[in-house]
Amino acid sequence: MFELYVVMAFMIIAAIVAVFLRGLLSSVISVGAVGMGLCVMFLLLKAPDLAITQLVVEILCLIILIRATIGRGVSRATRPSSAWVIASFSIFALVFLFAAYAAFKEMPVFGAPIMRVADFYIQNALSQVKAANIVTAIILDFRGYDTLGEATVLFTSVIGVLAIMRTIGRKKPNERDESDC
Amino acid sequence: MKGMSLIVKRITRYTVGLILLFGIYIVLHGHITPGGGFAGGVIIALSFIHLMLAFGREEADKSIKENIISFGEPVGGLMFLSIALIGLAGGVFFFNFFASKGEPFSILSAGIIPLCNIAIALKVASGLFGVFVVLSLFRLSGDKKTDEIKK
Repeated sequence: MFELYVVMAFMIIAAIVAVFLRGLLSSVISVGAVGMGLCVMFLLLKAPDLAITQLVVEILCLIILIRATIGRGVSRATRPSSAWVIASFSIFALVFLFAAYAAFKEMPVFGAPIMRVADFYIQNALSQVKAANIVTAIILDFRGYDTLGEATVLFTSVIGVLAIMRTIGRKKPNERDESDC
Repeated sequence: MKGMSLIVKRITRYTVGLILLFGIYIVLHGHITPGGGFAGGVIIALSFIHLMLAFGREEADKSIKENIISFGEPVGGLMFLSIALIGLAGGVFFFNFFASKGEPFSILSAGIIPLCNIAIALKVASGLFGVFVVLSLFRLSGDKKTDEIKK
C-alpha cells in the first residue's frame, strides 16, 4: 500500500504543477507525468491490460497535444482572472466534493469488492469462452454490447474532428454569408 | 511539416518496423496475454505517427497512403458489427459461435475474440491516425497556410 500512496502523491503534485506553469509545453509534459503515474499505479494494482492501454493512449495524446498547440505557435497560457470564472469553478468544486462524499460513503472497503457478477465471470470465462485472458473474454464476449458502444463513440469522435477541421466546404475569411445581407 | 535530422531518420528506419510488429503481436495475442484490440491498434497508429513525424509529410506519403484511413475505419466497424450480427444465427447478439473449438492458451482459441480484436485494431489504428493527420496538418481558415495543405 505504501508505494501506492507515493505514486498518488506524485500524481497530485504533477497535476498542481501543470496548472500553475505558464509555459504550455511544460504544462503538457506535467500532464503526461500524471498519466505515467496512473500507468504505474495500474501495474501496482495488478491490471496490466489497463496499464498498456493507459501508456499508449497517454503517448498518443501527448503527441497530438504538442502538435496541435505548440506546433501552431500557441506557447503561453493565459490566466483566467475574471470573478465569474472563479465563482463558477468554486460552485462546481463544491457540488463535486459533496457528490463524491456521498458516493464514496457507499463504496466497499478498498480491496474487498462485492463479487456478484465478477464471480460468475471468473468461474465461467475459461470453460465457456476458452480465452486465457479473462479481461478480453469479458469485454468482447460477455460485455460485447458495451464494446460496440465504445467503438461507436470512437467513430463519432473521428467524424467530429473531420467535420470541424475540414477544408472542403468551409467559407473563406472574407466571404460573407448570403443570409446576412 | 518537414522531417527531422539525419540521426532521427536513421533510428526511425530501424525502430518503426519493430513497433509495428509489436502492435500486431499485441493484437493477435489479445486473448492470451494482456493487451487486446484497442491497445494494439493504438501502437500501430503510433508507428505510423512515428514515421510521419520523423520523415515529414512528403516522404511518409510514399509509404502510407491516406486512403488507409478512409478504408480502415468503416471496414473495422462493419467487421465488428457483422461478427456481432452473425451471432444472431446462434440465438443472441455477440454469440460466440465457435467457442467450442480450439484449446485454451493456444493462438487459435476463444472463438470470435481474435476476429473482434483484429476488427477493433483496424478501426482504432486508422481512426486515431486520421485524427492525428487532421489535427496536425490541416489548418483552420484563420491560419496562414490554408491553401498549401489542400489536396
